[in-house]
Amino acid sequence: MIVAEQKSFDEISKMVESFDKVLILGCNECVTVCLAGGEKEVGVLATSLRLLRKQGDRPITTLEETVTRQCEWEYLDQIEKLAEEADCIISMACGVGVQYVAERFPDKWVIPALDTKCAGGSVKHGQWEERCGMCGECILHKTGGICPVARCSKRILNGPCGGSQNGKCEVKDVDCIWDQIYKRMMALGRMDQLLEIEPEKNWSKARDGGPRKLVREDVMIG
Amino acid sequence: MSENKSRLQTLFEQGEFVVTGEIGPPKGATGSGIREHAKHLKNCVDATNLTDNQTAIVRLSSIAAGLHVIQAGVEPIVQMTCRDRNRIAIQSDLLGAYSLGIKNLLCLSGDHQSFGNHPTAANVFDVDSIQLIRIVKRMKDEKVFACGEEIKSDEPRFFIGAVANPFADPFEVRVYRMEKKINAGAQFFQTQIIFDLERFDRWMELVRERGLHERAYIMAGVMPVKSAKVAAYMQKSVSGMIVPDEMVDRLKKAEDQKAEAVEICVEQIKQIMKIKGVKGVHIMAVGWEEIVPSIVEKVGLLPRPQIPGAALAAV
Ligand code: SF4
Ligand code: SF4
Repeated sequence: MIVAEQKSFDEISKMVESFDKVLILGCNECVTVCLAGGEKEVGVLATSLRLLRKQGDRPITTLEETVTRQCEWEYLDQIEKLAEEADCIISMACGVGVQYVAERFPDKWVIPALDTKCAGGSVKHGQWEERCGMCGECILHKTGGICPVARCSKRILNGPCGGSQNGKCEVKDVDCIWDQIYKRMMALGRMDQLLEIEPEKNWSKARDGGPRKLVREDVMIG
Repeated sequence: MSENKSRLQTLFEQGEFVVTGEIGPPKGATGSGIREHAKHLKNCVDATNLTDNQTAIVRLSSIAAGLHVIQAGVEPIVQMTCRDRNRIAIQSDLLGAYSLGIKNLLCLSGDHQSFGNHPTAANVFDVDSIQLIRIVKRMKDEKVFACGEEIKSDEPRFFIGAVANPFADPFEVRVYRMEKKINAGAQFFQTQIIFDLERFDRWMELVRERGLHERAYIMAGVMPVKSAKVAAYMQKSVSGMIVPDEMVDRLKKAEDQKAEAVEICVEQIKQIMKIKGVKGVHIMAVGWEEIVPSIVEKVGLLPRPQIPGAALAAV
């Protein structure tokens, strides 16, 4: 899923300073799971904003709504009326959702309430980690199902680098993923595979090739 | 093209025990300091490394620094990391470096930018060090760029070096990775600084078991550590390095810590020279270059062999 984190309340409140009626829009998918932008967070943000603005002598009206998915037109169609009422929309979705909202409501000012972090998941309660760098050409079959593109700090494809110590990465407090790849490949009796040189990656399939666009004519309608 | 071999490669091939040094380029636009350091190293090392924005701190480029040491009469080993350049910039710089008479190249991943003075910078890591080695080898042997396009003339023919760290984990994997680098095209290795000789010895055993010492020239990295304070700092703060307590204690107890530092380093080199398969020593005395001649002398490695007729490329 997409992992995101709420911006500081301070930052959000500054972005809405000049607005008096805002729609705070949650999303029921990933950001609900990672406790950043679901119904509950919408409620908390709305209350906090109202409180702050009341103290500051410029009350704000908050409209609250959480849709199934912000990254799909049909769910945004459902909130058309609400959107019209507000002078600005605070989207509590990932960056994709924010952009769908902006595109769907072209005359509305849209504000992101979250920082979108990565494609990953929860490893234990309250901790999320990156898993996929969306490189556009998956190589997990070569690395025992563990991704060096997203999880090695230097995205080394023939690792580990010289900084790996006690299973930890030299760069930050995360596991050295190459340590894990080796351990797993060893356990699976596939060390020989790691001796093969992984050639330079084709980054044109990743973000480096420009924004990605997928076309599937077989499923197109009309 | 044998006449075009670097001095470093020639000496290895002649079976000499090779000595190299290291110079860290300055944080300013001048070559005078580099040339000064090179003067200290001249006649006591066979070549010197020029680091490439080491620890991700902006410094004068390693290639430009290589030219400065050539002008000072010392052969350069230019370091090239994967952190700051993509394969286009890397190959372009390789052409440039070779055109300036630089013949030895050391390929590394590079320290992550978070350690340096621009932690908010983007990194590149388009290729990793093993892929870099392979690119340099293919330019030489197959006369092609990384994309496969032919290099019509004047392909760069570097003597290709790599680094090995016997002290990083996982231990066995280090030897595998070294083998991978050799398969990719590495011809010589410089190791991480060695203080823990016992572990290095064990590592060399694994290296010999796989016959790697016969496929590449291995140089052991050493460093004269000026004081107990520096040693303690390195023990704590430098990743991928093991500094034994005994060394810190020995420096602490010494009346003259600098003299003791030299003594320790000389002893280490002498022991390293006895280890089968080690073909040279790489002395990293960045900031203390002037001590290198006396270390090399005390070890008994002076004078350095001369190669008749070999002059550094005129620029
Ligand atoms: S190899 Fe690419 S697609 Fe596969 S998990 Fe890693 S980043 Fe994602
Ligand atoms: S320590 Fe491991 S995870 Fe960190 S950069 Fe090096 S190889 Fe990658």
